[in-house]
Amino acid sequence: MNEFIPRDRDQHPPAVTPIYKTSVLRGPHRPLISLQNSLSEVTGPVFGHGDIGPLDNDLILNYAKTGQPIGERIIMHGRVLDGSGRPVPGVLVEFWQANAGGRYRHRNDTYVAPIDPNFGGCGRTITDAEGRYAFRTVKPGPYPYRNRGNDWRPAHIHFSVFGTGFAQRLITQNYFEGDPLIARDSILGTIPDQAARERLVAKLDLDAAVPLDTLAYRWDIVLRGSRSTLFENKLEGN
Amino acid sequence: MFTPNALGYLAETPSQTAGPYVHIGLIPKQAGFDIFSNNLGESPIGADTPGERIRIEGRIFDGTGAPVRDALVESWQADAEGRYHATPTADGFRGWARTGTDFESGLWAIETVKPGRVPGRHGHKRMAPHISLWIVARGINIGLSTRLYFGDEEAANAEDPVLRIIEQPARRQTLIARREAPGHYVLDIHLQGENETVFFDI
Repeated sequence: MNEFIPRDRDQHPPAVTPIYKTSVLRGPHRPLISLQNSLSEVTGPVFGHGDIGPLDNDLILNYAKTGQPIGERIIMHGRVLDGSGRPVPGVLVEFWQANAGGRYRHRNDTYVAPIDPNFGGCGRTITDAEGRYAFRTVKPGPYPYRNRGNDWRPAHIHFSVFGTGFAQRLITQNYFEGDPLIARDSILGTIPDQAARERLVAKLDLDAAVPLDTLAYRWDIVLRGSRSTLFENKLEGN
Repeated sequence: MFTPNALGYLAETPSQTAGPYVHIGLIPKQAGFDIFSNNLGESPIGADTPGERIRIEGRIFDGTGAPVRDALVESWQADAEGRYHATPTADGFRGWARTGTDFESGLWAIETVKPGRVPGRHGHKRMAPHISLWIVARGINIGLSTRLYFGDEEAANAEDPVLRIIEQPARRQTLIARREAPGHYVLDIHLQGENETVFFDI
């Protein structure tokens, strides 16, 4: 059984981060109980192309009703790697985002910017044999939210990633290089480590752009690595 | 794109909150629209999956005791024989589901089969029947891992190697769903407070 290397919690935000006020009443206070992996952690659901549809990775077309959505056309792409730098093929990557005006297609979003009738704002794909993912969308807009008196989220896309085990489950957000709101963001500011924050910023990738058509950004995702057990103490009598 | 450390390892991508609109990406029908031909995780089982049919449900409470009404819960479990299946079996069992807490009541519910006992780590006793839960929401900075055990499995629970590493017996109770009726189990999750649920670093 391959076990996952214990999570380095210093790379992540703590549970309670006063800069992000909602976490103060929702983040657990007590220490997490550390478990060594059992089958329940090293196994997990694995998805295939039969689980998703052909337009699921194209947010420009997957909710187009009367035309295409408004906004900067971009390709988001990168690789899913594990902690040893190995590509992770065949895993599900899901994404959701606001439209170009910063409005989500969600019944609880009341921001004044309009819904785009041609933009759903969600999609998904499966990584290829080299661990690559790619999807097409429009760049999301920044938007205000209730936290401090004048907080604005930088443009961002939410990502949900599966690995091979349920213990690798990860949800995060990625940002766009050069956005002046990044340095002021309360959500990104929950991560104490500057280098860790920078790893959530996608880089402009002109070489992957489609000339005269679509810009591109690149962002790699790293999941927890696993190790083969080198030496194991086995208890007697079981 | 990222720089490995001196031993060649890459640091894990940091977590960020799933935010208030997690439903759009993962359960878009709850966000208020229908986009995918196949909504993943609507049920962990198929119509013909063998095993005892059960319903698990509960609410998630914040530090003031108010229900969290915008959370997403994912579940992962073995089949009735105690086997995990990464891809669906012929009878439609995969053992993975996801659902949102209700925007008004805060209630979440999953209809499934009761899992069997799974082997423990090398050399450990079998684990008691349990379902792994993973909870994300606005205000939760990194997904919370916990387990649901069954209140009518007292003997199995007493020897479960995971429950036993929880030092305070009273805290073990935060993971044990009470049986309200045959096939109906309720587990409330407390993010903070006197009855704070045990969350695991898995």
